[in-house]
Formats: sequence, structure tokens, C-alpha cells
Amino acid sequence: MTPVHVGEFQEEGGVVLTSVDSVINWARKNSIWPLPLGLSCCAIEFMAVAASRFDMARFGAEVARFSPRQADLMLVAGTLTYKMGECCRRLYDQMGEPKWVIAMGACAASGGMFRSYPVMQGIDHVIPVDFYIPGCPPRPEMVLNALIQLQKKISKDRPTQQIFRRPAAAPAGPGRLAAPTA
Amino acid sequence: MAETQPPTVQKVLAAFPGAGIAAREFRGQWWLEVPRERVLEVLRRLRDDPELAFDFLNDVTCTDHPEEEPRFRAVYILTSLSRKERIRVKTSCPEDDPVVPSATPLWAGANWHEREAYDMFGVRFEGHPDLRRILMPEDFDAFPLRKEFPMEGERSDRDWARWVIDRARRPEGTLP
Repeated sequence: MTPVHVGEFQEEGGVVLTSVDSVINWARKNSIWPLPLGLSCCAIEFMAVAASRFDMARFGAEVARFSPRQADLMLVAGTLTYKMGECCRRLYDQMGEPKWVIAMGACAASGGMFRSYPVMQGIDHVIPVDFYIPGCPPRPEMVLNALIQLQKKISKDRPTQQIFRRPAAAPAGPGRLAAPTA
Repeated sequence: MAETQPPTVQKVLAAFPGAGIAAREFRGQWWLEVPRERVLEVLRRLRDDPELAFDFLNDVTCTDHPEEEPRFRAVYILTSLSRKERIRVKTSCPEDDPVVPSATPLWAGANWHEREAYDMFGVRFEGHPDLRRILMPEDFDAFPLRKEFPMEGERSDRDWARWVIDRARRPEGTLP
């Protein structure tokens, strides 16, 4: 029998051999359904990303879902106030695993120019963030770049670890979220 | 300051002799300073007198003058849509008794403007049907547009983060 290499297509049998991880990652990274949490002007820029000139559909992410149950990626576009932070956190909690978060724009990343009493200084105070996009607002290319970086991140994931082997404890959230425990 | 009073202002002053109403002007725009006991009367007159006919209330808001006594001023901004004229009515209240009359009996639209002014300055509008905070969270304990309030707020981000997450984890039925 001729040796079979992983991922190589055999013409006669029509069989593909690969790892389960690669298949799951391939499916996940090419169908990232975003939940746009449009809070201010960045939401307008997000519409440009989704529309034909920049066309998020090229990366499989055109299906914007307005129900957190159906979304994989929370795209926080705009200024998060403390009062709205409750909704943001609630929506994040309602999303099914696996889920990712992109903080789009200076406000979502750090509060932006608003160092004032109602504005949260970055959404990472309440939800974990995978990618921060600077800019006020960011160019659509930067949003696409974040999406491509997210695809790279997903392709390094090892989902079978969670399917076949239960981890002892869920990993702690990254960044500043882990801090307020005391 | 040499401008003569417009007919509208003259008419109001003539209608309330001895009420302590002052008429002032800045760059051709006039306003009336009215003691808070008489404000509702004056507003009613401005609305109902057919020669004045100020039928539209643009805004109710406040200003804070910490160095003055009384400290807070409430401003009612009126427009006459039929006569195409504007006027402001101002009244004031001291810090230890921050109460001014509500314009809701005259204009239902004053409701949310007054809630916002209360939310930001802590000035209460007497006669308002539902004087609650409108912009800040209901358990917020300060009045952010008062001059002594620090612009970046008084709570730390960590406190706010805990507050947000606690609220987000409340069961559905317990939401306010």
C-alpha cells in the first residue's frame, strides 16, 4: 500500500486524510458569524466593511447575527458606557462557545478620547478581548486585518482537546478581566 | 445694553407688576428672571396669552454657579411657532433647597428634560409626575454636571467593572 500523507487527496479513493483539529478549525475560521455591537460611529465603518467594496464575505464573515446565540464573534464597535456595559457583558455571556471578541476603535479599546464619568476605559474591563483595532474610526482594511489575524488564531486552536479530554478547569480569562477577584 | 425691551418683554413685565421679574439682554436675546414662586404663572401667561402664544417648550435645563447665591438656575426655553419668536425664562434656587417648579402641567414634553436636569444637577422639579434619573444608572449617587464633580468620575474602573458584572448576572426577572 502506498503511504498516505495527512491532508493529501487521493484521486482513486476520493479520500482525504487529515486531523480532526484541522477540519474543525477550517470550518470555524471560514464561517465567523459576527455579532455587531454597534455603539457609535464605528458601527458605520463596520457597515462599510460588510458592504461590497471591502466585503467581509470574502472571509466568510458576512452573516451578521443580531442574536448572541447564533454568533461566534462579538465585534464591539464604539464607545461603551458603564450603563451599557451590563448589556455588553450579558450578550457576551449569552454567546455559545467558542466565542471571540474584537474591540473595534479607540473607544472600545481604551475609552478613546472620553476620559469622563460615564465611559468605560476599554471593554476589557468587563469582557475578554482577542484583538484590539486602533483608529478613530479604524479603516475597513484594519478590521479585515483583525479578522484575518483571528482566523490565524483559530487555526492554531486545538478543539479536540476539549472534545475528547475534559480540561480540569476552564482557563482564566485573559488580561484585566482576571484582576477584579479580591 | 442700550437696547429697548421688545414688546413681548414689556407685555410680561406689565402683566406682573411688583412680582420681582427682571428682564435682561445679551446680544439682542432677552430673558426674564423670575422668582421661583411666580415661574409657573409667568409660563402659563406666556403660553396662553394669544398675543404672546409661546406654545412650544424647547428645553428645560439647569446651570450651576457655585460662587453665586442662589447657586442653581433653571432655564425654560420657549418658542412661539406662530410668531417665530424665542424667549428664556430663568429662575434660581439655593443649594440647601434645590427645588424649582415643574413645567409638566403646562407642557408634557418637559418630563424628560426635567429628569435630565435632575439627573445631572440634583435640582428637583416640584410637581413632576415621575422624577427619576434618566441617563445615569438608578443607583448612581452623585450629580455629574455640578462643578465640584470630577470630570473622570468618582468610582474607579475596577469598582465599575464589578458593578457591571454583578448587574449582568442578575436573573432576568429582577431587572429594574
